[in-house]
Amino acid sequence: MEEVKKGGVNDFVVKLANVNGTGSASANGLLMKSIFRMGVPVVGKNFFPSNIQGLPTWYEIRASKDGYLARSGRVDLMVAMNAETYARDLADVSSGGVFLYDSSWPRDRSLSRKDVRILGVPLSRMMTEAFEVARTRILMKNVAYLGVLVALLDIEMDVVQQLLEETFASKRKLIDANMQAIKLGHDYAREHFDCPLEFRVERMDATTGHIVIDGNTAAALGCVYAGATFGAWYPITPSTSLMDAFGAFCKRYRKDPETGRNRYCIVQAEDELAAIGMVIGASWAGARAFTSTSGPGVSLMSEFLGYAYFTEIPVVLFDVQRVGPSTGMPTRTQQGDIMPAAYASHGDTRHVVLFPADPGECFEMAVSAFDLAERLQTPVIVLSDLDIGMNDWMCREFQWDDSYRPDRGKVLDAERLEKIAAFHRYADVDGDGIPYRSLPGVHSKGAYFTRGSGHNARGAYTEDAGEYKEVLDRLRRKSDTAATLVPEPVLMSARKPTRLGVLSVGGCDQAVREALDRLEARGVALDYLRVRAFPFSRAVQDFLDDHDQVFVVEQNRDAQLRSMLLIETEVAREKLHSVLRYDGLPLNPGAVVDGIDEIMRRSQAA
Amino acid sequence: MSFIRKPLILHADLPRNGVGLTLRDYEGGMSTLCAGCGHDSVSSAIVQACWELDIEPHRVVKMSGIGCSSKTPAYFLRGAHGMNSVHGRMPAVATGAMGANRRLYCIGVSGDGDSLSIGFGQFAHAVRRNLDMLYLIENNGVYGLTKGQFSASADVGSKAKRGEVNRLRPIDPVLTAITLGGTFVARSFSGDKAQLVPLIQAGLRHRGFALIDIISPCVTFNDHEGSTKSYAYTRKSSREAVHADFVPAAEEITVDYPAGDARMVTMHDGSHIVLRKTADDYDPTDRLAAMEHVESRHAAGEIATGLLYLEESEDDQDMHGTAGTVEEPLVELPFESLNPGAAALAEYQRRLR
Ligand SMILES: Cc1ncc(C[n+]2csc(CCOP(=O)(O)OP(=O)(O)O)c2C)c(N)n1
Ligand code: SF4
Ligand SMILES: [Mg+2]
Repeated sequence: MEEVKKGGVNDFVVKLANVNGTGSASANGLLMKSIFRMGVPVVGKNFFPSNIQGLPTWYEIRASKDGYLARSGRVDLMVAMNAETYARDLADVSSGGVFLYDSSWPRDRSLSRKDVRILGVPLSRMMTEAFEVARTRILMKNVAYLGVLVALLDIEMDVVQQLLEETFASKRKLIDANMQAIKLGHDYAREHFDCPLEFRVERMDATTGHIVIDGNTAAALGCVYAGATFGAWYPITPSTSLMDAFGAFCKRYRKDPETGRNRYCIVQAEDELAAIGMVIGASWAGARAFTSTSGPGVSLMSEFLGYAYFTEIPVVLFDVQRVGPSTGMPTRTQQGDIMPAAYASHGDTRHVVLFPADPGECFEMAVSAFDLAERLQTPVIVLSDLDIGMNDWMCREFQWDDSYRPDRGKVLDAERLEKIAAFHRYADVDGDGIPYRSLPGVHSKGAYFTRGSGHNARGAYTEDAGEYKEVLDRLRRKSDTAATLVPEPVLMSARKPTRLGVLSVGGCDQAVREALDRLEARGVALDYLRVRAFPFSRAVQDFLDDHDQVFVVEQNRDAQLRSMLLIETEVAREKLHSVLRYDGLPLNPGAVVDGIDEIMRRSQAA
Repeated sequence: MSFIRKPLILHADLPRNGVGLTLRDYEGGMSTLCAGCGHDSVSSAIVQACWELDIEPHRVVKMSGIGCSSKTPAYFLRGAHGMNSVHGRMPAVATGAMGANRRLYCIGVSGDGDSLSIGFGQFAHAVRRNLDMLYLIENNGVYGLTKGQFSASADVGSKAKRGEVNRLRPIDPVLTAITLGGTFVARSFSGDKAQLVPLIQAGLRHRGFALIDIISPCVTFNDHEGSTKSYAYTRKSSREAVHADFVPAAEEITVDYPAGDARMVTMHDGSHIVLRKTADDYDPTDRLAAMEHVESRHAAGEIATGLLYLEESEDDQDMHGTAGTVEEPLVELPFESLNPGAAALAEYQRRLR
C-alpha cells in the first residue's frame, strides 16, 4: 500500500462527523470558504446518508497548497460531533492526527489511540450556558466547533466574520449570536490547547480567479446560457439540485421585465418516462429542452431514447450518476452508467455521451450538449456523477463570450421551405448523415409524420428491407460525423517519452492526475488521456496505438469504459488493464497508484 | 397503404373555407385500417371540423401513441406535423410540444389500451395539468393492433370474439377525467357525426384539456353479439345527455332554441357553445351531478353521451396559465432575451468566492 503522508501547512484534511439534520452544513461550508478566502486551494466533499434526519453524515475538507482536489484518503483532524460514530471516526484518523470531540459527557475509555491526539471541548455544555432556546443550542454548537477550528488551524477571524455577514446580510442578531459562539469555541481552544496545530492555514495566493461551485449548479447555469427554455424532470438524488438551480437562475434571469411572466417552462413530470417524452415533444417543436436524472431514471427513459435516436429528435439529458444496480446507494458516487448511456434502448442505438470531469466542464458541456443535439438531431447525454454534481469544487472562473449564438443545426424555415421542390425529412442531402428538419407551426410544406416505426428517406412508413437499411446505415454515418464534432480528449504527456499510458474518464481526473505526480516522483512515467466524449474521436485510437500498455481507470465493477474501447476501437485486448474502484466514495489517488502498482508487479512476475 | 398518397385532384368547384382551402386539403394519407373500423369515421369528423373552423393545417400538431387508433393521425390533415410516439406516452410529447409552442392546436389521438392501461398515468396527469389540447380516445374495448385482447375499458360481462367473458370492472375515461379536474369532458360515438363534429370544434377552441371519449367499434375483434362496444349495442344504448353546438366567434347565433332548454356558454376566444339539454335537469357545469348521471346511466345499461362536463373560466386556467409562462411561444423568444450575458455571469460568480 502507498504510504500515507502526514499533514502540514496548507496541506491537510479535516473531516467533520455530524448528525443529519442538525444544521451542520452551513458551518462546514463556512469553514471551507474561509480557507478558500485565505488563498489556499480547497475542496469539500459530502458523505451523506439517504435520510432526512438522524443518521450520521460527514463532510471532508481538503486544503492543498499544490492544488490537488481529489479525496486524499487521509484524515488529519476529525471533528467528531456524533457520539454514535465515535469508534469508526477515531479509527479513520491517520496516524499523527487529531480527534476533537464534545466532552460535555464522559467519553468511553476504550476510545483512545496512542498515535492520535484526543482533544475534548465541552461544546454542548457551553452552548447550554450561553443560549436559551434548544434549537439555537444545537445550531450554535456547530458554529462553536468552527470557533475551535479557527484557533487550531489559525484561520483569520476577520475572514470568518466577513463571510458570516455576507451570509446573514442584514440579520444583525444572527450574526452576533454566531460570532458569540465562534468566540466561545475559539477562546476555549486557545486556553486549553497548543494553538495552532502543526497542520494549519497560512495565507497564500492560489485562489484568485477561482470560484467554489458544485457541478449541478454549473450545469444549470450552462443550460441558461445555452438558451434552454424547457425543462422536464422527476426528482431523484443526486440530480435534483440541477433542475432546482435551473429554476432559481430562471427566476433571476428569465422574467419578462414588463409582464413578470416566465421565459421558460419547467414541468415536474409524473415520472421519468414522461419527463423525457416532454423533452422530446418540446425539442421536436423547436425549443431547447432538457431533463436531469440519475441511473434509475435513465432505465425508465430507455424506450424513448431509442425513439429520439431513430426519429432524430434532439434531446439533452443530464445523468448525474449514483451507485447502482437498482436503488443502490443513492447518496454515493459511481460511474456505472457509461455503457447503459451510450447504448441505451433496444435495437441498434448509440448515443452521444459527454463526460465532464468537474463543474467547469459541466458548464461548458451543457452548452455543447445543446449545440451537438441540434446539430446532430439526436440525444446527447451529459454523464456527470454525484461527486462532481453535489460536492463543492474550486474551479477557474467561468468565461462567457457574448458573441456566442446557438447552433440550431439544419432547420428549414418558411422561406427555404417555400423554395424547395419537396421536403424529405430523412434524406442525406449533404453526405454527413444529417438530414434537414422542419418545425411545426411554420409551413405546411414542412409537414411530415414522425414515427418510430420503419420509415424511408422521405419519412414515409416502410417495411421494405432496402429502405429501412438505408436509414439505419445513414444513422451510423451520422454517428461517425458525431465523432468528429464532440469534445476532443485531453492528453497530458509525461515528462519523458513512455510506452505506458493511463486512460480515464470524468470524475476520475483529479485522482488520476495526483497519482501520476506521485508515480512520476518515483520515476514511473505515464502519458494520460482523458476521454471526454462518445463516440470516441480518432485521438483515442491514436493514443491506444502509441502505447504498449494502457491502464484504464474507472469507477465501476465491470470495466465499462474498457469494454467500450474493445468494442469501438481496434485495440488489442491484452493492452488494456483495468483499475477499478466502485465503493461509492470519490476516487482517491492512493487507490489509483495501488492499482497501477499491482498490475505492474503482476506483469513483472509473469 | 398510408404511403400511397391519394391523387390530389383539384376541383375548381369544391367549396373553399375562410382560409381558401377545400375539404380535401384537410385529408391525409390513405387509411390502412380495416374497412368499417370506427377510427376512420373519427378521422373524417376531424377533417370536417377543422375545415369548418378555418384552421390552417400547419398550425395543428397531431400526436399519438401506438395502436390502430394511434395510426390515424397519418390519415387526416396532411399539412400538419404529426408525431406517432411510443405506446401510452402521447400525453408527454404533447405536453412538450405545447410547452414549447403554445400557439399550436394540439390534437391527440389515443386508444383505450394506450390511455387506460400503459398510459393511464400520463393520461391522468395531462388532465390534471389542464394541458391545452384536444384528446380523443378511440375506444373499442380491445387492443386492436395486437389482435383483440380485452382492454381496461371492457365492460363486465362483455364477451370476447372467442367467447371468454370480461369480469374486471371497466375504467371509464369520462369519470376519471371529471374526478381529476378535467374542464371539458365529453363522450360520443364514431357513428354519430352530427354529435361528434361540433364536440371536436368546441374541444379545439376550449382553453385547456378537452377529452372526448369516442366509442369507436373494432369491426374485426369486437363487433359481435355480446360485445358492449359493437355498433349495434352502442346505437341501441347511447343516450345523449346534453347536445353541444359550436358557434364560432364571427358567426351570429341564428337557430332559435326553446327558452329554458338551451344554455349558452361563451368561450375565451368569443365563440359559443350552445348546450341543449336533452336529458331532464342535466346540468353540465355541475361536477358531481355529471358523475352521478354517467354512473346511473351505466348502471342502467346505457351510455351517456354529449358534452357531459364543461368549465369555461375567464382566467388562464391551462398549464401555461398556472406556470405563468409568457404569451409568446417559447420557440419564438429571441436568444438575446434568454441569455443573461458575460457581465451577469461575472456578477453572479462574485458571490462564489
Ligand atoms: C411498450 C410496448 N408494449 C406493447 C406494445 C404492443 N402494442 C401495440 S398496440 C397495443 C394496444 C393498442 O390498443 P389500443 O390503444 O386500444 O389501440 P387500438 O389498436 O385498439 O386502436 C399494444 C399492446 C408496444 N407497441 N409497446
Ligand atoms: S383491428 Fe379493429 S381497431 Fe384495428 S383497424 Fe381493424 S377494426 Fe380497427
Ligand atoms: Mg382499443
